[in-house]
Amino acid sequence: MLVNRKLVLAHFWLAFAVFGLALFLGAWQMFVRSPLYTWISDPEWYYRSLTAHGTVMGYVFPTLVAMGFGYAISESALKQPLVGVRWAWAGFWLIVVGAVMAMVPVALGRASVLYTFYPPLIGSVFYYIGVVLVVVGSWIWVALMSVNLRVWRREHPGEPVPLAMFANVAGSYLWAWTAVGAALELLLQIIPVALGWRTTIDAGLARVFFSWTLHAIVYFWLMPTYIAYYTIVPRAIGGRLYSDTMGRIAFILFLVVAMPIGIHHTFADPQVGAGFKFIHSAFTALVALPTLLTVFTICASVEIAARLRGGRGPFGWIGALPWDNPIMLAVAFSFVLLGFGGAGGLINMSYQLDTTIHNTQWITGHFHLIFGGAIVIMYFAIAYDLWPHLTGRALPDLRLVRAQLWLWFVGMIVTTFPWHWVGILGMPRRMAYYDYSDPAISPQAFSVTLSVIGAFVLLISGLLFLYILATAHRQPAADAGAYRFSVPVHPVHTVPLALNSFAIWVALMIGLTVTNYAYPILTLAARSDTSVPAVYVGAQ
Amino acid sequence: MTVENGHQGAEVAARTERRWATISVIIIVVLAVLAAFAGIHQVTMPQPRVETIDPTRLHLSGEFVESNLGSVLEPTGSVTVRAIGQQYSFTPACILVPAQTPITLRATSADVVHGILVQGTNVNTMLVPGYVSEQLMRFEKPGDHLMPCQEFCSFGHEGMWGKVKVIDKEEFVAKAKSGGRLSCVGE
Repeated sequence: MLVNRKLVLAHFWLAFAVFGLALFLGAWQMFVRSPLYTWISDPEWYYRSLTAHGTVMGYVFPTLVAMGFGYAISESALKQPLVGVRWAWAGFWLIVVGAVMAMVPVALGRASVLYTFYPPLIGSVFYYIGVVLVVVGSWIWVALMSVNLRVWRREHPGEPVPLAMFANVAGSYLWAWTAVGAALELLLQIIPVALGWRTTIDAGLARVFFSWTLHAIVYFWLMPTYIAYYTIVPRAIGGRLYSDTMGRIAFILFLVVAMPIGIHHTFADPQVGAGFKFIHSAFTALVALPTLLTVFTICASVEIAARLRGGRGPFGWIGALPWDNPIMLAVAFSFVLLGFGGAGGLINMSYQLDTTIHNTQWITGHFHLIFGGAIVIMYFAIAYDLWPHLTGRALPDLRLVRAQLWLWFVGMIVTTFPWHWVGILGMPRRMAYYDYSDPAISPQAFSVTLSVIGAFVLLISGLLFLYILATAHRQPAADAGAYRFSVPVHPVHTVPLALNSFAIWVALMIGLTVTNYAYPILTLAARSDTSVPAVYVGAQ
Repeated sequence: MTVENGHQGAEVAARTERRWATISVIIIVVLAVLAAFAGIHQVTMPQPRVETIDPTRLHLSGEFVESNLGSVLEPTGSVTVRAIGQQYSFTPACILVPAQTPITLRATSADVVHGILVQGTNVNTMLVPGYVSEQLMRFEKPGDHLMPCQEFCSFGHEGMWGKVKVIDKEEFVAKAKSGGRLSCVGE
């Protein structure tokens, strides 16, 4: 029961439009710093572009997808019209205003500080306020998801919350708490300096605050993808969900352990002691658990679909899968990319291995593989799956859809695998120019060129995606029926209270964040000798 | 399918699931134990203490005044290297060190966040203004390594490349006899 289709479409279209723009910037960045281009005459343009690419892809695009998908889930899983539609539109417009406010100074070169902010570099205050507005807009969504669940519970006391909504609300709570780290950094540290009220800032403390957001934000990006794995994939390929309970456990685990692990981003930093680095490293290992559980459950669910279609044998069933179904294709690609990306993640989380690749192109390759690959390819799948229900029209041509997914998969591998390799060779991140004539750097030229080709394949795939969605609006009307989610093999009648509510898990999430972050933050905040002069960028 | 069969099926499913969950937990525990073992047994833990320093007074007094930057042979036979990162260069721009010698790198930033990465090694640390970074290193063979700044430090970041020159231990000791701080700037 999708009532507020316009609301969902507005979120998706804005998300994918800014995604398309940021994709152009990404491909341009890869090109200008490659051996295919002579030399960028003004490197400042590169960092402008990089700031815009990161801000849009990291903050605006996934947030809008999670919000739009969240509203669609709330209406169709709970089978009740969205409560608070006006608030939802207010949140949407806050994001529009925030994104424009942030991007204008970036385009003018007044805020080339990258989406990771990096104080003591300080850009235009409008950039930071714009980012804050985007986050505030998304917090309205968090509140609405909670309110809608509460309204449903009042009508359905004691009933199990549908898995899609349970996961959706878990994702929203995760985001609400994750964003607090960067919010504290912006409100307490950066914005007062950007306004000129203060001229010094503790760069080390800012990095610790940011790490609170920077890792768990990845799990917020991941949530729509995992929701699609559990609640769209089995239904779309004609199977059943192997286990509803395991899905709940996986989402609860993400909620609890995604947060207190961010200090692994500061392994090489001098402002955090060895003890907390080790604790966060160990907790980072824990976050692999929900993914391992999910891989099992989804593979089993897919196998059920294959056996229902007559698949036989220990591996023979793989051939019986509906490979012409775009969702099947997307989930297979997503799992392959998640496998490689996850293996890279295990390397990053261990302090000893991380020192070899910290801040090299390996890291860029890693998160593009996970986010751009495993996660975004499922965003495509979500859009393809929802589109007929949102537009009331069928998708134009499934061959085009399959070609788009194939291009994205191949493009992502061609882009990120060479990136990992040059990272091992020691190529640093985020540079506008590399001197490939230097004999120590020239061996990297071939790999860099390869990854530029991958970037252009991704650009073509992204444009094809937008084309498919746009032309779908002009197809003849076709009733897609009610939007449904996967049904588990063994129907769920009752669920233990712990797997049907959030209070205890939210308490645990906050508690673990306090135990793992309070000491590093408070000891730095209490010191008076760590503030350093701000360095304003773009001020000349 | 009878109700009873359905019930058995659910039990089989749950049992398989539990088995996989156990394997997953074992994998994770083994990974954490491996990291702990490598950290403690092979002494590959991050720098233990947080040390602070005022970046606005680096050039005036203390450990990081210009005359104290570079490599120095300690009485114990180890070498200490002191360096500074600033927009957009390292001082010294070329670090001279001996092969097969324990080396302590002590470095900090004079302005914004920088990083030191020695290519072809796993020497890799952030330079955060206000804090001192310390890293232990050891080079097996003589040779040259590029040393880029690995963290965005504003518009000139792409030009911030230093060098590490590793020379024979004997040659280094001979150079160190004359006292002072060694570097390979201008060589």
